[in-house]
Amino acid sequence: MREFGYERAFDVPGAVALLGAAPEARFLGGGTNLIDLMKAGVERPALLIDVRELPLDGVEFTHDGGLRIGATVTNSDLAAHPEVRRHYPALAQAVLAGASGQLRNMATVGGNLLQRTRCGYFTDLSKPCNKRAPGSGCPALTGEHHNHAILGASEHCVATHPSDMAVALAAFDAVISYETADGPGELPIAEFYRPVGDTPHIETSLPPGALITGVTLPPAPVAAHSRYRKVRERASYAFAIGSIAAALDVQDGVVRDVRLAFGAVASRPWRARAAERVLIGGPASAEAYAAAADAELEAAEALPENGYKVTLTRNLVVAVLTELTEEAIR
Amino acid sequence: MAPAPSSTSSAITLNINGEKYTLPVDHRTTLLDALREHLDLTGTKKGCDQGQCGACTVLLDGRRAVSCLQLAVAAEGRAITTIEGVADGERLHPVQQAFLDLDGYQCGYCTPGQICSALAVIEEHAAGWPSAVTDDVRPEAGVPALTAEEIRERMSGNLCRCGAYVSIVQAVARVAEAAEADAGASAEAEVKEAAA
Repeated sequence: MREFGYERAFDVPGAVALLGAAPEARFLGGGTNLIDLMKAGVERPALLIDVRELPLDGVEFTHDGGLRIGATVTNSDLAAHPEVRRHYPALAQAVLAGASGQLRNMATVGGNLLQRTRCGYFTDLSKPCNKRAPGSGCPALTGEHHNHAILGASEHCVATHPSDMAVALAAFDAVISYETADGPGELPIAEFYRPVGDTPHIETSLPPGALITGVTLPPAPVAAHSRYRKVRERASYAFAIGSIAAALDVQDGVVRDVRLAFGAVASRPWRARAAERVLIGGPASAEAYAAAADAELEAAEALPENGYKVTLTRNLVVAVLTELTEEAIR
Repeated sequence: MAPAPSSTSSAITLNINGEKYTLPVDHRTTLLDALREHLDLTGTKKGCDQGQCGACTVLLDGRRAVSCLQLAVAAEGRAITTIEGVADGERLHPVQQAFLDLDGYQCGYCTPGQICSALAVIEEHAAGWPSAVTDDVRPEAGVPALTAEEIRERMSGNLCRCGAYVSIVQAVARVAEAAEADAGASAEAEVKEAAA
């Protein structure tokens, strides 16, 4: 591991100024991904700016009834928060589905958004990787890719985003706030994560030197009736091979409102807007749910070893929407 | 502590099991290596060193964390509890006693991490935290019972390659039940006191 300096920041302007003065610096939150990548030699910062003690650890209602979540809130505190569990249960479930109790205590919301793919080629310095070393190639296309992307990928990269939390945030139209030396800014999550294209190494639209300060969830009554379902290769403590965040409002057998986002299928949390359009105003039936899934997955492009994800994601849509429908009737 | 930006090491003071230790550390030093290699607190074990096995679990400000992904320099100012600080002198902590009584280990290598994690699981459950197997996470649904399924999920960050899981689950369940019975008994006593 490269030697590095360490500074602890106690206020947001101080943290931003430290990064501005040291281009090879990284912000350190919980460190559960960054320290691991530093050990692997993927990340080689000259300076770590510890932002864990910044006063960004609150979860509070916004004036319009949404929730504002600070960037240094730990995954554990987010998932345990009564208002998160009450108004956005799929978000609490998504966070609880990720990692382990130890890691959730350490990991922060800001860091969770910025965590890197778990594609094995990304962390293997002996292999090419367009995300790690732009232009070097993508061995996953013809190599190990059973857990790689089926939506929105490119010939340059087929890695998936590993976050469960971000999938629920995508379903609920979260807005990411940040601070730069030039002042604050914000990005809707749909714009926060960039399409892969030919720049898989540029993952977000955050301006250079920006510090994520928080995430705002707009008020969404439908979110109170939501669920996150994660499929993985063992019962717990593993990354998803498929996941879904779904929220549903059904009245008199008709879908009034619906939110759908998929995990483990793309370089970013995948908001299934095509499926949502098919569902709104239509019947709350398993047939309609399957048709909606098909509408979204029409664009899927499977590699030789990951075609199962198309079926898996389709089944997740039908199963979870059916469960939410049955709960609404009870 | 405010090192010059160019400095790659610092003199730090760690608060471990209620005692202060001052030591120089290269910033690359994890808390795990500081404990084992610098302070001779070798109860905390190194398994994978990648945050995947839980053998290095300690408590930071009362919450469980993997010390292999925690930089020592970033742990300054926090209350660190290792397995060496769990017992009350010669009297084992109930979780330690339950692991002994129920054979919650075979080779013992993962045991310090399992015990630190179990302590936190019981606290987290008592605080009303749901888990990934909790059917209804809404606060109105109340706290889930600490069933074997809940314990397995909550302890899933601690691997045991000997496969002592069945006994580990029993040990955690025994302590949690005893703690709940105690809490129930004292609540009952309070009610009686108030009535009297």
